[in-house]
Amino acid sequence: MQKIKEFIIEKFIFICGIASIFFVVLIFLFLLKEGLAVFKFVKPLEFLLGKNWYPISEPAQLGILPLVLGSLLVTLGAAVISIPIGVGCAIYIAEIAPLKIKETLKAGIELLAAIPSVVLGFIGMVTLVPLVKNIFHLPTGLTALSGSIMLAFMAMPTIVSIAEDALYSVPKNYKEGAFALGATHWQTIWRVMLPAASSGILAAVMLGIGRVIGETMAVMMITGNAAIMPNSILSPVRTLTATIAAEMGEAVVGSEHYFALFAIGIVLFVISFIINVTADLFLHKDQK
Amino acid sequence: MVNPVRNNKLAENAKMKDKNTISNGVKFAIKNLDIWFGTIHALKQVSMEIEANEILGAIGPSSSGKTTFLRMLNRLNDLSPNFRMNGEVKLENDNIKNIDAQFLRKRVGMVFALPLSLPLSIFDNVAYGVKMHGVKNKKLLQNKVEESLKEAYLWDEVKDRLNESAFKLSGGQQQRLCIARTLAVSPEVILFDEPCSGLDPISTAKVEDAMVKLKQKYTIVLVTNNVKQAARVSDRTAFFLNGELIELDKTELIFTGPKDKRTDGYIRGKFG
Repeated sequence: MQKIKEFIIEKFIFICGIASIFFVVLIFLFLLKEGLAVFKFVKPLEFLLGKNWYPISEPAQLGILPLVLGSLLVTLGAAVISIPIGVGCAIYIAEIAPLKIKETLKAGIELLAAIPSVVLGFIGMVTLVPLVKNIFHLPTGLTALSGSIMLAFMAMPTIVSIAEDALYSVPKNYKEGAFALGATHWQTIWRVMLPAASSGILAAVMLGIGRVIGETMAVMMITGNAAIMPNSILSPVRTLTATIAAEMGEAVVGSEHYFALFAIGIVLFVISFIINVTADLFLHKDQK
Repeated sequence: MVNPVRNNKLAENAKMKDKNTISNGVKFAIKNLDIWFGTIHALKQVSMEIEANEILGAIGPSSSGKTTFLRMLNRLNDLSPNFRMNGEVKLENDNIKNIDAQFLRKRVGMVFALPLSLPLSIFDNVAYGVKMHGVKNKKLLQNKVEESLKEAYLWDEVKDRLNESAFKLSGGQQQRLCIARTLAVSPEVILFDEPCSGLDPISTAKVEDAMVKLKQKYTIVLVTNNVKQAARVSDRTAFFLNGELIELDKTELIFTGPKDKRTDGYIRGKFG
């Protein structure tokens, strides 16, 4: 009796264990099946490098280059804004801040992470967008830049908390060693702590970027959603994610448009997979 | 003793004592020093002087306060958040509280228990501190590195492979590399925090060798768990117990006729 019980529990836990990987595989297969069907209508290169995204014109033009560039532009902008601020914040929390400020800041960062992205997008739409419009004298403030700034806020909590962990776990004797050589606090941070924590910080950056590139709601609300080739950070763009979210509802199931959206899903999947794997490599570099 | 390295060193050690190389200058003057970490009273009413060009050995069981005492001298204790102190520590008439920590630590170098080699070449490991203090001239750096490595008795072993990674060196060599790195910043005092705890006897002998020779130029404070090491290399020995300085005297006297029963008990290995 005992044995049967043991057996059943063991198997049940085994199923729980492999469930996640099973679902990932299922999702990926489904994505592949639906997405790859688009290549009956366009050639892969035309799809990836085509400059026109007119999915419902006749004949449909399915080039996702403007969308890819839109995603990359917004992500790059967000990275440029969030990495220095995020890493700086992590250094401040881990090394400089007195205990009380440290606790307050950490709680603040966690709160920032808890804000739903649609709320951030909404706030961005009514405050940031007019601001960008006025500062740069643009016809519209719905630009890649607005999206970058908003997404930087979303990437920051990830970057700060993981980078802070990385700095915190630098062995204490590294720090003491540097101080004992007569290093100032900043020299210790710059020449010892940061290099020692570099893999963790890089992982933090990658995960932050991963969050940005997969973000949908906020970018859809404030980047303007124009599927055109972007010529500067101040032009409206449309990202891969926003395209799927905006068009999936109106695409006819089984049409080339429908398959193209799934193919975009594959592209996104591949991009964030690469980013996550890179982050993982950095994160586990030291443990080998 | 069979070990020729050791025998040579002991002879040399004796010669130096004959020459009475200990000058009358006082490096550190410590008065009524009390140190707390939170509620723990780590050092109690310690007063002593450390003379220039001597090796002062500090012995005592673990948590006797000897390491706290050592880390006081270059203000490394300041890094602990709940550290408090009373009393004064003077480095050549300047209260160390009034010296900027980074200048103090440049004058008072430290070698840690575990060799802390950086993942850099041997050359860059030694040049690290010097570069940090703003020396960029290549020729100057090279001279400094060579000089420091020679002083740490490592030069002959590494001169042909300065560009190799420091991790390829043995434990003893890495510890001497760390000594060279400390020397390169031109300190006046060198603090050794159990420098041989992770080393084999031969490497230990080499590090001890280096220490004995270094005292001509530097003042050395050596904290050690190895009572015999203190007997071998130090000129004077201080015995700490439970945060108190029990006894401080010439090493010969401590090891032949200590005044305090507790000192006697410790060096005979009855406790600790």
